[in-house]
Amino acid sequence: MSEARFAHAINRALDDALAADPSVLLLGEDIANAGGTFAVTRGLLDKHGPDRVIDMPIAENAIAGMAVGLALGGFRPVVEIMFMDFMTLTMDALVNQAAKLHFMFGGQSAVPMVVRTQHGGGLNAGPQHSQCLEAWFAHIPGLKVVVPATLDDAYALLRSAIDDPNPVLFVENKALYPMKGALSDAPPAAPIGKARIARAGSDVTIVSYGAMVHQAMAAAEQLAGEGVSAEVIDLRTVQPWDEAAVLASLAKTHRLVIAHEAVEAFGVGAEIAARMAQIGFDELDGPIMRVGAPFMPVPFGRGLEVDYMPSAARIVEAVRATDV
Amino acid sequence: MAEARGAAARGAAHGRNARAPELIELYRRMVTIREAEKSCGALFAAGEIPGFIHLSDGQEGVSVGVMASLRADDTIASTHRGHGHALAKGLGLDGFFRELMGKADGACKGRGGSMHVADLSVGMLGANGIVGGGVAIALGSGLAQKLRGGDGLAICFFGDGALAEGIVHESLNIAQLKQIPILFVCENNGWSEFSPTSTQVTFTLEKLAAAYGIPYVGADGSDVETVAELAADVVDRVRRDRGPAVLEFATTRIRGHYEGDAQRYRQDKAPPVDPLLVARARLDERGVPAAEVEAIEADIRAEVRRAVEAARLSPDPTLESAAEEVYAPVEATA
Ligand SMILES: Cc1ncc(C[n+]2csc(CCOP(=O)(O)OP(=O)(O)O)c2C)c(N)n1
Repeated sequence: MSEARFAHAINRALDDALAADPSVLLLGEDIANAGGTFAVTRGLLDKHGPDRVIDMPIAENAIAGMAVGLALGGFRPVVEIMFMDFMTLTMDALVNQAAKLHFMFGGQSAVPMVVRTQHGGGLNAGPQHSQCLEAWFAHIPGLKVVVPATLDDAYALLRSAIDDPNPVLFVENKALYPMKGALSDAPPAAPIGKARIARAGSDVTIVSYGAMVHQAMAAAEQLAGEGVSAEVIDLRTVQPWDEAAVLASLAKTHRLVIAHEAVEAFGVGAEIAARMAQIGFDELDGPIMRVGAPFMPVPFGRGLEVDYMPSAARIVEAVRATDV
Repeated sequence: MAEARGAAARGAAHGRNARAPELIELYRRMVTIREAEKSCGALFAAGEIPGFIHLSDGQEGVSVGVMASLRADDTIASTHRGHGHALAKGLGLDGFFRELMGKADGACKGRGGSMHVADLSVGMLGANGIVGGGVAIALGSGLAQKLRGGDGLAICFFGDGALAEGIVHESLNIAQLKQIPILFVCENNGWSEFSPTSTQVTFTLEKLAAAYGIPYVGADGSDVETVAELAADVVDRVRRDRGPAVLEFATTRIRGHYEGDAQRYRQDKAPPVDPLLVARARLDERGVPAAEVEAIEADIRAEVRRAVEAARLSPDPTLESAAEEVYAPVEATA
């Protein structure tokens, strides 16, 4: 166990995966010589060489397409797309090619590739460098979507994503990179598709993932002071999401709030709310509440962005609204 | 029942170029594609092939000529007009027809169809419903070949219409920058769906290749011998030098863009140059007895008929079995 930053947990996962499996290689813009825009891949070129840690020109479409060809050719490419906003340029390779090949070719092939990218606000990066677009990818059969919240999970989930035979989108929240925390020497395995109970409680379930888990924890802390016991579920994986874990928690608490940083409308929360309204209807003692960003592009200004981003206070409000 | 292997899997390679097979063998492979596609057209018209299909009549010389010098471990990525590529790379007639007819025992279990047919066991990485979609996949496959260290290579086939897609430009740049063993093969039939490609791009592929510093060779794609010999040389070079090359062949799209296309937009009244007729005339000139050629054609027709009959008797797939393969099982490659 040591204290480290979130970015370092990811760096260590990449380092260990490169060392463990010669078929793993990294592709991305500025990831080799420069060590990545957020210094996540720093030092990996020196340790693993230019055939494993490959700098690419600014060509997201071709980089993602090449990863598909590399995966078909026996490699496990891990692509870095600098900002999630730039995923728009990879859509053909991911949505029409990578996601479909296993199915469309009748199971002849797997496409073991990972696309690492980062989403989220907090840096006043504005409308084209802050979006949370994970719901798009969760909507595509054949893709998996993973969003870690803690250092141990960042490590363990990335290792799981690299080992997975399917294309996995691995989303890091840019505001988490400098976050300090405990990183286990051997973080416990985190299988894709399994949620984690981040805090046990009995009065209300707050489902979240990524950086918003920390807001949910702060909300739970505040609610505890008011005598409300909130259970916080960290989904860890958005596709496939752990329906059973959410339902089990709902069966215990009978109230449900879903919180994410992405725009609320048509988001991940909508899917979870709809499923729980269907399969957990009898358990519900109040309306399912969603907390997400308003329906607008991420604004730039300091105060604007603060007001825009979902907060612990808004989660607390939502919890109160479940108590009708 | 023994799977009828595709054209490329047959016959020893020997000819004027050490690698290029004799004309009679090239002809036989072209006839296989033509006869298979003739049946496709009829099956489609009869409603036995669902969806839509794009026939490659007129372009057989390129498929057969280029594929003649490839090995099974070389990979190709194809296009929406990919029947010829698939058959020439070694996809068997049985898997081919069953797939196009959507059967459970098709090459892709009836889930891909004409525009997505693939056979990874012979290095055929798939037709592609997205114009330009296969180009970067082939590039990645070429990089995989290079990193693995053998002398394998990748080929991407694309039409002249795809030249307007950014992915082609991105891929040419990366191929040269990273010295990836890939052969870009453009089948230039002059058409981009219903529009002449001359109305869509402002450059020639030759100049584009020059701009990226990539060696370029262009030739007539209706002469299968020329294609085979040129391709054998260029394939050798890519194999040896581990860098990219561009090949462009002038071809003809004899039929419409897709089956059922009445081609009312088409002004070119000159009869198309048919690579099968070119090869056939040359066989006559060289004194190959007509009876020998006709026997080959009859054999192929019988083989195609048998594959179609077998496909008709094949079972339909179920939605349940399809749903099981949205994701590869984690234990599959972990
Ligand atoms: C990205 C994309 N845009 C448009 C289409 C529709 N489309 C299918 S084939 C085609 C023309 C392609 O022309 P070319 O690449 O020259 O191939 P050809 O049909 O001549 O063989 C078009 C526009 C598509 N399938 N994919």
